[in-house]
Amino acid sequence: MTRSGRWAAAAACLTLGGCRGLQTMLEPVGDQARHIGSLWNLMLAVCGVMYVLVLGFLGWALLRARRNGWRSADAAPPAATGHTAAEPMLERSLGSWTGLIVAGLILLVTVSFLVDRSLAEVGPDPLRVKVTAHQWWWEIEYPQQGGDKRVTTANELHLPLNRPAVVELHAADVIHSFWVPNLSGKTDLIPGRVNYVSMTPRRVGPLRGQCAEFCGLEHAKMAFDVTVESPQAFEAWRAHQLEVAPDPADAAAQRGKTLFETRACALCHQVAGSEAGATNGPDLTHLMSRAHLAAGARPMSRGDLAAWIADPQSVKPGTTMPRVPLSGPDLTDLVSYLETLK
Amino acid sequence: MTESHISPAAVLDAPTALPPAEHEVLARTWSTPRGLWGFLTTVDAKEIGKRYVATGLVFFILGGLLAAVMRAQLARPESGLISPDRYNQIFSMHGTTMMFLFAVPIMEAMGVYLTPLMVGARTMAFPRLNAFSYWLYLAGGVMLYVGFVLNIAPEAGWTAYPPLSGPQFSAGKRTDFWAQMITFTEFAGLAAACSMAATIFKMRAPGMTLARMPLFVWAMLTTSLMVIVAMPAVMLASSFLISDRLVGSHFYNEAEGGSVMLYQHLFWFFGHPEVYIIFLPGLGMVSEITQTFCRRAVFGYPVMVLALLATGFLAFGLWVHHMFATGLPRLGDSFYTAASMTIALPAGVQIFCWIASVWDGRPRFATPMLFVLGFVIVFVLGGLTGVMLASVPLDLQVHDTYFVVAHFHYVLIGGAVFPLLGAIHYWFPKAIGRMPSETLGRISFWLILVGFNVAFFPMHILGLMGMPRRVYTYPAEMGWGGLNLLSTLGAYVLAAGVAVFLVNLIVSARRGAPAGPNPWGASGLEWATSSPPPAYNFGLTPVVESRHPLWTSPEGLPVMTGLVHAPREVLLTTAGEARPDIRESSPKPSIWPLLTSITTTVLFIGSIFDEWFLVWASLPVLVCIIGWFWPKPSHSKTVGAPEDNVPGALA
Repeated sequence: MTRSGRWAAAAACLTLGGCRGLQTMLEPVGDQARHIGSLWNLMLAVCGVMYVLVLGFLGWALLRARRNGWRSADAAPPAATGHTAAEPMLERSLGSWTGLIVAGLILLVTVSFLVDRSLAEVGPDPLRVKVTAHQWWWEIEYPQQGGDKRVTTANELHLPLNRPAVVELHAADVIHSFWVPNLSGKTDLIPGRVNYVSMTPRRVGPLRGQCAEFCGLEHAKMAFDVTVESPQAFEAWRAHQLEVAPDPADAAAQRGKTLFETRACALCHQVAGSEAGATNGPDLTHLMSRAHLAAGARPMSRGDLAAWIADPQSVKPGTTMPRVPLSGPDLTDLVSYLETLK
Repeated sequence: MTESHISPAAVLDAPTALPPAEHEVLARTWSTPRGLWGFLTTVDAKEIGKRYVATGLVFFILGGLLAAVMRAQLARPESGLISPDRYNQIFSMHGTTMMFLFAVPIMEAMGVYLTPLMVGARTMAFPRLNAFSYWLYLAGGVMLYVGFVLNIAPEAGWTAYPPLSGPQFSAGKRTDFWAQMITFTEFAGLAAACSMAATIFKMRAPGMTLARMPLFVWAMLTTSLMVIVAMPAVMLASSFLISDRLVGSHFYNEAEGGSVMLYQHLFWFFGHPEVYIIFLPGLGMVSEITQTFCRRAVFGYPVMVLALLATGFLAFGLWVHHMFATGLPRLGDSFYTAASMTIALPAGVQIFCWIASVWDGRPRFATPMLFVLGFVIVFVLGGLTGVMLASVPLDLQVHDTYFVVAHFHYVLIGGAVFPLLGAIHYWFPKAIGRMPSETLGRISFWLILVGFNVAFFPMHILGLMGMPRRVYTYPAEMGWGGLNLLSTLGAYVLAAGVAVFLVNLIVSARRGAPAGPNPWGASGLEWATSSPPPAYNFGLTPVVESRHPLWTSPEGLPVMTGLVHAPREVLLTTAGEARPDIRESSPKPSIWPLLTSITTTVLFIGSIFDEWFLVWASLPVLVCIIGWFWPKPSHSKTVGAPEDNVPGALA
């Protein structure tokens, strides 16, 4: 996008709500986010009225002072006791104001409580997903279902439309926070504890989530893609994720596979259908089906993949992925192999 | 701030002034030695207060410069201006500086300077403890910035949650420097709070019953009591953290039966009241300024006092709203929603009372009053977003986003910095003896008001648009670039406003028109002595007959005699009715507070590196404390019964 285009998009977001926000609470796509959105609208209305009342009273006080001539103030003695003619009226007004605040608070507490209850409700036949946060990426598992094995992926969450999902939240190292604002509020992932968040998506399309609890050096680059799709598309995706990677056909990719299995890659990553079976880093069996790499740090493309492998620290300083020394041809072959992992 | 020469004539035209001969004697009794030795040994609450305020302003500037660097980095997406490591240190330093080295200390510092004057006392209770507090605070702040220069600055945010701040994920000494800085500043804060509470309870001028106390003094009393209850919690939190890091204890290690949630509970049991510790003094300042410039007693004094106390009490019941996303039981969360929202009631009532005072008064829009108006506009908005954050579901969306960043800057800059700047402008002539420039004051106010809103209002929208806080950069596709750039521009306007404000202080301290004892026509006792006040504050002890002594006794303040001119003597009064009770000696300048703070500093810093420092380095501290408490000539006599000695010495 050009610079002016970016400006125009930002302006449109502000004035018209015109952009399709992938990561915003202002465009709820899930039931939970929609409930919170209604609460936000109510809050904005109530608090907005209160703010206008305060500013109105202040403005009136200032106008009144101007009418009474504030510059001649020093002439009269100060009202030291505060028992002025207006005091009884002010006392009554204070009583009304207090009543108004109390009424507003009771309304907001009640509605807030009801919305909170609705967040805890889970619909029938929920999809269960387990998310484990690592510094700085997301491990996502769909547990066994029927005779299938579990599906493990990274930095991408697929959800079927209109089916409630319960996400089980774990952390491998420090505290993180799981947040897909278009679907629901955030919930922390705390080492040694398990939390849950439920979400029911109501619109097909891509969304984005991001870690919302400071988790160290690359907290800023710990995002994940969310895809809400029809139940059929979801099942197809799930079935595809269960397939093992086929042996690459061309020689370069075949050489790349050998490199992957014999060099440092296999110490952390898994590719089903190859010798590489470690689980320290993201599972790469279906790497190319993801939209981004390195938890949203770069879009998925051959060039970005090569740059990432050649020097991870320049793409995402501090990442736990080390720089593995590779010759130019080795790198090319390795990338060719990874490109077969569809 | 600079020393101003006090001409004897200026000392003598105040309502509480003594005849010249007696002034000479009393001034000698209460004088501080000249030169460096005097600087190091002074126990004069005014000297320490000014120094404390000036140091706080220096940290305010440093914290502001760090913020400017952050805003430069965030002005455009994918900016490579600073590395993530440096950025994380900078935002941790910014938060730590502003909360622990600027906001809390400078509010206490204003109290240290003003409280004795406002209650009509010669000095503070425990003057040496007060000096100790300053030195320790200075040492903690300097240690943190030396660490920053040496690349050992905190990196886990100002909240430093374990396990991120624990031994496994924050190797090296960075977090230890942070945690030990907490120890320093909390120690200093507790010391100042004890002095303050004792001063307010026992050293008020005769006749200043609790019901006649200025609202700022009520605010400082509430704040001091809150400090005493809240700060031990965070010292516990940070000490456990140091212990986990240094000697391998497992307070926060889930795997060994510890709990990471324990830290969050301890931290926020302090952290939430801390917000009120910061802005309650600000509310007191607003009351003082409002009544002076509206020439009307603040409407609803009893309600104002109750609101302060209610805020102080409720503050301890709502820390969990910082932890709604951690998965605590939902019913409990709802309780904290209700408790958090309740705080809007005393705040809303106070706002009404101030505006009613403007409405019913005859306001004069000098710079301090402008800052009060700015306070209302900014603080109320922050308070309303606070009501939003108290709601569990809404908080789950906006928690840890830029919405929260916007919220707490509206509350803290609105609720504390606007009143503070107004208060510094307002009490500047009292402390320095010269008037600040009204023109520069107005320019600074408008730059700060406009710059602040341009910088922080867009952050609300950024948070709603999904931008998390504490990120060193963001992708261009997110569409956050425009608002971030706007925010950065606003931040620089704000910085320019603060610069003009500080220039005003420096220039006016040299060239301002001389201020008389009471340049604003105010009503409190601090204006019943010369500007700047003599070392002994009041020659004749004022006697208070109303809440606004200088307004109700325009022809001359009633005074009391009977305190001896030598040695140093202060009057203690009863806690409720302020009846004269005891004539008590007050300590002379002493080097022991400084020596004790130096040895304590060695102990604290050493123990970052080796736990045995806790043992060996406590010996020099012990020696210093023995020196400090070595018996000295002192006296304590019940008023009206000079023979009846009361054992024990206050100091």
